[in-house]
Amino acid sequence: MREGTFRNASGCAIGAIFHKDRTKENGKRIAHSMSYMRERSNGLGGGFVGYGIYPQYQKQYALHLFFDDTLSKQQFEAYIKKDFIVVMQEEIMIAKCKEITDAPIIWRYYVDVKEGIVDQDEAIVALLFHVNVNISGAYLFSCGKDMGVFKGVGYPEELAEFYCLDQYEAYSWIAHGRYPTNTPGWWAGAHPFAMLDFALVHNGEISSYDTNRRYIEMFNYPCSLLTDTEVITYILDFLIRKKHCSFEECAHILTAPFYSEIEQMEPQQKRYYTMLRRNLGSLLICGPFSIILGFENGIAALNDRLKLRSLMIAEKNECVYMASEECAIRAVENELDRIFSLPGSTPYIAKCKEE
Amino acid sequence: MRTSRYEILHDNTRCDLCKSCVYQCTRNVFSYDIDQQRIAVDPKNCVNCQRCVEFCHHQALKVQINRNHYHENAYWTMQDISQLFQQADTGGILLSSMGNPKPYPIYFDHLLLNAAQVTNPSIDPLREPMETKVCLGKRTNDFKRDDDGLLKLDVKPHLHLDTPILFAGMSLGAISYPAHEALLAAAKELNTFYNCGEGGLPQKFYPDENHIIVQVASGRFGINKDYLKHCAALEIKVGQGAKPGIGGHLPSRKNNELIAKTRMIEENSEAISPAPHHDIYSIEDLRQLVYALKEVSGYQKPIIVKVAAVHNIAAICSGIARSGADIIYIDGFRGGSGATPMRIRDNVGIPIELALASVDETLRKEGIREEVSVIAAGGIRNSSDVVKAIALGADAVAIGTAALLALGCHLCQDCTSGVCSWGIATQQKDLTKRLNPIQGARQLVHLVTAWTNEIKEMMGGMGISSIESLKGNRLMLRGLHLHEEELRILGVKHAGSR
Repeated sequence: MREGTFRNASGCAIGAIFHKDRTKENGKRIAHSMSYMRERSNGLGGGFVGYGIYPQYQKQYALHLFFDDTLSKQQFEAYIKKDFIVVMQEEIMIAKCKEITDAPIIWRYYVDVKEGIVDQDEAIVALLFHVNVNISGAYLFSCGKDMGVFKGVGYPEELAEFYCLDQYEAYSWIAHGRYPTNTPGWWAGAHPFAMLDFALVHNGEISSYDTNRRYIEMFNYPCSLLTDTEVITYILDFLIRKKHCSFEECAHILTAPFYSEIEQMEPQQKRYYTMLRRNLGSLLICGPFSIILGFENGIAALNDRLKLRSLMIAEKNECVYMASEECAIRAVENELDRIFSLPGSTPYIAKCKEE
Repeated sequence: MRTSRYEILHDNTRCDLCKSCVYQCTRNVFSYDIDQQRIAVDPKNCVNCQRCVEFCHHQALKVQINRNHYHENAYWTMQDISQLFQQADTGGILLSSMGNPKPYPIYFDHLLLNAAQVTNPSIDPLREPMETKVCLGKRTNDFKRDDDGLLKLDVKPHLHLDTPILFAGMSLGAISYPAHEALLAAAKELNTFYNCGEGGLPQKFYPDENHIIVQVASGRFGINKDYLKHCAALEIKVGQGAKPGIGGHLPSRKNNELIAKTRMIEENSEAISPAPHHDIYSIEDLRQLVYALKEVSGYQKPIIVKVAAVHNIAAICSGIARSGADIIYIDGFRGGSGATPMRIRDNVGIPIELALASVDETLRKEGIREEVSVIAAGGIRNSSDVVKAIALGADAVAIGTAALLALGCHLCQDCTSGVCSWGIATQQKDLTKRLNPIQGARQLVHLVTAWTNEIKEMMGGMGISSIESLKGNRLMLRGLHLHEEELRILGVKHAGSR
């Protein structure tokens, strides 16, 4: 069974390494860090995203796809010609390893959007939905610029080896190890979930899922995977890309304060939060979650308002570490300037310094 | 009626001849036989309102279905036969009251709720905050910035409720003044809303306008400048679940001085509400009335449009959502009435569960769900019905019958007689004083408080800490014993499916 045919709840390990000064490192440390949280995964899904990995194709959208067969690949390649120019395409480098089996065809395309299309990002989003909904056997799982997702069925550290992540240099790495409560074993169902430059990893199971889904679907975000990660990504895309909200403002909406807290606030704040809750109650996320959102030049994290999931954040010089468990951070950096547990409803944001 | 529907079992060995049954019965079932020094019983007019039973301090009375049967069969039931006899005798339309009592499927009873286990935690409402506060009205996602760059969204006129339960519109006339007093007092204490129905609003209620919804119905009773001013919201009543497509009739005998004054009509006249509003013959006419009322309120109060759940309800509500209305109130076929033709009550309209599911889904497909809030009514019996209605897509529910039961109604469905022994559906002074409004309000507050606590328990079990996150959350529901088409309309999966 695949994601999208049923609702699959997962427990997870999440982690990240982010350099504010854009120092790049390969995928070894993040993989090593994740290996310390092996207990939090069960080998049925894992993945990574790296930012700044394609310096030679910075201007192109880098599309990563899974194909079940050559027919779906041909269909995709025929379809993409309409609005896009493929600058370069190649099979994504993999190293055969005994733990990872049943890999699909994994391909990468660097594309430009054809001239005359005004909103390029929107064209990519339309492509994303079209491919994943309409081309059977093809799955587009990464479509940002100068970034890429690498995911599949297996433990994170094994997938890092499989995808040769030691060959990629990124200023931001985010990772996910999955503990799904069902056993789909579908590569596209692994995380991070990505859309343009956004890539999201999530630990938890939200109880407001269907309320959130049915709201966001009104704005042309068909939720085909039925996962929390998918719906949260769409909500953030809607609020940030379409409505120009900051991540802090998203936090005010997704993890809105309780009315009992709002009552205690100063008049201006009270008005502000009441206004958000009265209008955007369907975007409130209930139930446990910790998320890490990667985006171009930045990283952000958020916990649910009752703080029902762990998330540790550490800083060392210009580097930020995040992980579900402290040991995963200390495994790669024991001398830290600061380490703390992210409180509920409190957004944490780190951005690259201006060059 | 040729034979009585009920028989009274009177236990002489228990009876102490206190005669309370004689005084309490409003239908002359009991009398005191001085010669024989005993209670005489004539069950002919008994409607099983249970007043005598509850007042019999020695429990010497029982009312039960008459064991004498016509020669009924599986097709011609006792009820069919006696109703036919009644019409053959009188030539009249059968009148009845309250909601549809027929054994149609009850979808609420085929929906099961979810609870969190292992993969996410349930929440204990006694330890964690659990929010049942609801805002009703239009919502926007039009994000703007003020001069300082701060996020700004327009805040439309809203109703604020501490619990997702309102009281349904019931007119003064259909029910008594003390019943109205009790409903208003309870609404005030619970921080929710009382709806005065179509019979006007007593001036004494004006100070509590923040908890009052006033109705603009086809009869336009009691509507003047003050009426439209002393309210938190205005409701255009197009129809009601107990009698979709027809108007109302308050018989002259119920139209006493108070009723007449409040309705601004002649005392002892027949008060007729026409079937349609004579200024609404189409959807664009509705829009005009909606905007006329908005003008009246200076665009400060939400406008509710109340409709009965009929076959084409989804398209109708889509039209209402585009008419400028802030809130749609859908009344299912179990919804009650003080008087309704029995054939209409029992055969017209559709269940609220199906209507609500279909409306919510249609409004979402058309991208106009945020244009309106939805109140579901017509057969809400308990807190789990409330939770299920909200999970299907309602913003809140309204209760009429349930509220009357809390006031003492025993569901005998004989409101039309005007001699309600519980002092609710009557205007007779000696009877209305049987209902103590303070005590009545306390009963209502108890009921809604109990339900709200139960709602919190159910939400907590599902791991939901705010009622917003329950709205339209159909994954929290599973159908049982429903076939595919029913599941499709309800938008839920069958129990046991993943």
